[in-house]
Amino acid sequence: MTVETPLIGHSAAEVVDEHLSGVRVGVVTFPGTLDDRDALRAVRIAGGTGVPLWHGDHDLKEVDAVIIPGGFSYGDYLRAGAISRFAPLMEQITAAASGGSLPVLGICNGFQVLTEAHLLPGSMIKNNHLHFLCKDQRLTVENTMTAWTSSYEQGTEIVVPLKNQDGQFVADERTLDELEGEGRVVFRYAGGNPNGSRRDIAGITNEHGNVVGLMPHPEHAVEAGFGPDSSAFGEVEVRGGVDGLGIFTSVLQKLVNK
Amino acid sequence: MTTETTSKKFNIDTVEHAEQTPEQQLPWAELGLKENEYQRVVEILGRRPTAAELAMYSVMWSEHCSYKSSKVHLRQFGDKVTDAMKEHLLVGIGENAGVVDIGDGWAVTFKVESHNHPSFVEPYQGAATGVGGIVRDIISMGARPVAVMDPLRFGAIDHPDTARLVHGIVAGIGGYGNSLGLPNIGGEVVFDSVYQGNPLVNALAVGVLRHEDIRLANASGVGNRVVLFGARTGGDGIGGASVLASESFDDAKPSKRPAVQVGDPFAEKVLIECCLELFKNGIVEGIQDLGAAGISCATSELASNGEGGMHVELTDVLLRDPSLTPGEILMSESQERMMAVVTPENAGAFEAIMDKWSVEYSWLGEVTDTGRLIIEWDGEKIVDVDPRTVAHDGPVYERPYSRPEWLDGVQADSFAGDRPSGGEQLKSAVLELMSSPNMCSKDWITNQYDRFVQGNTALAMPDDAGVVRVDEETGLGIALSTDANGRYSYLNPYDGARLALAEAYRNVATTGAQPMAVTDCLNFGSPEDPEVMWQFAESVRGLADACQDLGVPVTGGNVSLYNQTGGVAIHPTPVVGVLGVFDDVARRTPSGWREDGQAIYLLGTTRNELDGSEWANLRGHLGGQPPVLDLQAEKTLAAILVNSSRDGMIDAAHDLSEGGLAAALSEAALRFGVGARIGIDELCERDGIDPFTALFSESQGRAVVAVPRSEEVRFNDMCTARNFPRLRIGVVDAENQALDVQGHFTLPLAELKEAHEATLPKHFA
Repeated sequence: MTVETPLIGHSAAEVVDEHLSGVRVGVVTFPGTLDDRDALRAVRIAGGTGVPLWHGDHDLKEVDAVIIPGGFSYGDYLRAGAISRFAPLMEQITAAASGGSLPVLGICNGFQVLTEAHLLPGSMIKNNHLHFLCKDQRLTVENTMTAWTSSYEQGTEIVVPLKNQDGQFVADERTLDELEGEGRVVFRYAGGNPNGSRRDIAGITNEHGNVVGLMPHPEHAVEAGFGPDSSAFGEVEVRGGVDGLGIFTSVLQKLVNK
Repeated sequence: MTTETTSKKFNIDTVEHAEQTPEQQLPWAELGLKENEYQRVVEILGRRPTAAELAMYSVMWSEHCSYKSSKVHLRQFGDKVTDAMKEHLLVGIGENAGVVDIGDGWAVTFKVESHNHPSFVEPYQGAATGVGGIVRDIISMGARPVAVMDPLRFGAIDHPDTARLVHGIVAGIGGYGNSLGLPNIGGEVVFDSVYQGNPLVNALAVGVLRHEDIRLANASGVGNRVVLFGARTGGDGIGGASVLASESFDDAKPSKRPAVQVGDPFAEKVLIECCLELFKNGIVEGIQDLGAAGISCATSELASNGEGGMHVELTDVLLRDPSLTPGEILMSESQERMMAVVTPENAGAFEAIMDKWSVEYSWLGEVTDTGRLIIEWDGEKIVDVDPRTVAHDGPVYERPYSRPEWLDGVQADSFAGDRPSGGEQLKSAVLELMSSPNMCSKDWITNQYDRFVQGNTALAMPDDAGVVRVDEETGLGIALSTDANGRYSYLNPYDGARLALAEAYRNVATTGAQPMAVTDCLNFGSPEDPEVMWQFAESVRGLADACQDLGVPVTGGNVSLYNQTGGVAIHPTPVVGVLGVFDDVARRTPSGWREDGQAIYLLGTTRNELDGSEWANLRGHLGGQPPVLDLQAEKTLAAILVNSSRDGMIDAAHDLSEGGLAAALSEAALRFGVGARIGIDELCERDGIDPFTALFSESQGRAVVAVPRSEEVRFNDMCTARNFPRLRIGVVDAENQALDVQGHFTLPLAELKEAHEATLPKHFA
């Protein structure tokens, strides 16, 4: 991984070049979205420019990529992500992403929204233990060809926080076989399956590699002092894990080098 | 907005009707009023109250809302505050929550409240709406909520009803708090059979704001408009404050489930963002959340804190259930509602923000200068009162109190039970302690709470205090801890309250933060029992005295009485929350060891103090006096811990409290899975104690710290300069996965971890 660990309390943006800061990454807020400011912070720490997007708008504000962050959009009372997919902005995102051009990352509730919008296959149901679970989670990065994972090495492990209630990824066997066969499983749970997800799947991508969804939260492992207690890259200080930063640097690098 | 008028549906008891029918009987007793209180209402009004007025007085004069039994004692929190203690206080007791200046133009507001009774009756919703209510208090001050904590007490871990409560309450706290995007950064979980029929569910919330953003609950400006917004008003929580929270449980009475509110965290999350946008744009003149006593409380408090008058049309309230009577609408405790005062010029801007967030609202009336709160129902006057008589001039009782006769016997009964000796016995004792319900790992509970959201959590459980960054540029931040020990308070309520404050203060300092301010949630039995009242009076006196000694003011809090079933009260449980401040959270000190070879020091003196301890509790004993407290020593210890953090002299620190040194060493080792070699013989010799006492005594004013080799001289010099006892008791050992108490026993970390973590899953998973 080519990510430098920023010092505690200091964002990497201070030392990053202007090419990256020219990249505009939109972060969508629905009513009930919770991790939107965290995703904006992650973009900034990675060196890019975060752009808040409102679900009710019809305009993508000329962003180069989009993150749909975590939370409980519309309360998730019906089914996680079920209402959000009908938001006016989602139409724009779906149109721009389905052709393979706009990079889109769905984190947690964002992943659920992407499956509801049929940008990604499968669905999320309640965790097999039926509880909300918050923990530091090890993941294996299995596909580094996507817009969001090119900073990592194939097969590398990362530690990022997992926190959800409906995190069990399910799909029919044919879909799962397809995902495996086409290398579209991007992240797999390592060190034990935390929620019963089929084939330990934590994150997947679409056929173009521009749309990625994952349940754990890389935006909460980008700043030393406020991340998980551990890192897959060696000993870190308390809450010092920044293994998730590579997700955000990946998309910035890709867009700069386009 | 359209209004459904359902006026003629009821036989409305108007003011005019009340004047004409003075003899009509009203159900004041069913609404929780005492006869003398009802007579007082009649006296104030000069006539019998209308049904709607009676509803308002009954909830606002309830114990929960009026503090009628506790008021005379709570005054001490104000009386014992010195000017120096007020230096950082921007808003003190009496508002929705206190506000503390933390520097650089930033302020913090925080408060802890109880939701005990509803959580027993309906655990999930009771606990969930407890979080919701305290968060709305924080929003009402103009702040963005940034974290929550939940001090919890349950009955015996193996009692058949405990699992129902644990599952419901934990899921309720998580379900609501997680959906609001508020990190849960700490709290407590205690199991004790005294809480069997009266679990304690306290909820603390903290918010941050700029000084200029402070909002207060008052309705000023004649002609300004009054608006109710958020969720619709329904039939839930009617009488929650009066018949539920202000009475003891009794098997003979019917279930009070309908008096519990039902929460909608999504509505609250939207309400938070919507209120912050209102504040940012300067749209509201005054704001008040609707919690206990609903519209009764909001209208009477806003009016009496402002110009003194308000005129409201009650049929304009948006309802979930059109069959509600005016009295029910006034008493409903439906959640996720706010009331605001807006100038006519800002009405359009207000509506635009509501529309953006799809929040429903209805304009109810306006501020007047009549000094009267007038509420009409389809144009007919159903309430005509001086709002002060509802909100502030409730009854005040000087309840009789007396020291329980049994207390002398209890205090004389010092622990004389089993004292393990020898390596094997001590090792088993440590394992027994660390797997016990109160000392075991709480991960099974806290892992159901989101501690990452907002990206500013620098420490959370199981560290000594939760630490949150406030300013991303400078690292300015806060630490929070809540503590209470019901057993100590049972043995000596005066000292118990002081000990609770001391522990929370010490916890905050242990992370490196400077303690600044206090909030409290005083959980007791029935005030009508003179012995309970004595426990309460002693606790308040103790807490107020200790606050003065430590120089930290109480900024607000809550009293929860009637925590008893039949004649049996809970242990007096004054939960104390302490707020501390960091110039930069980057220097916070975690509780666990990491670096091989660092020196481990024990700060403070260990005495033979096992009365009220966890060890005595495990042996079924509760007697004697709680540990001796020296607040001057606590202050010095805190100064050492804060300075060590500031000057980079320590890499880990953990306070000693329940479970003593044995618990502190075990927790410091398990935090990151790094062991240590410990010697306690020199400690035993210095303090004149045996190894068992060294490990299990709960003497106060102590902490263990890990000091890098390079800092040892400086650290020792500092302790010497402050004349504070310290002893090098060991070395961090990252190679050997064990807690090695040399000459006594070696406890492999795997074995300790297994014992520590298995208990809650065994009972609840």
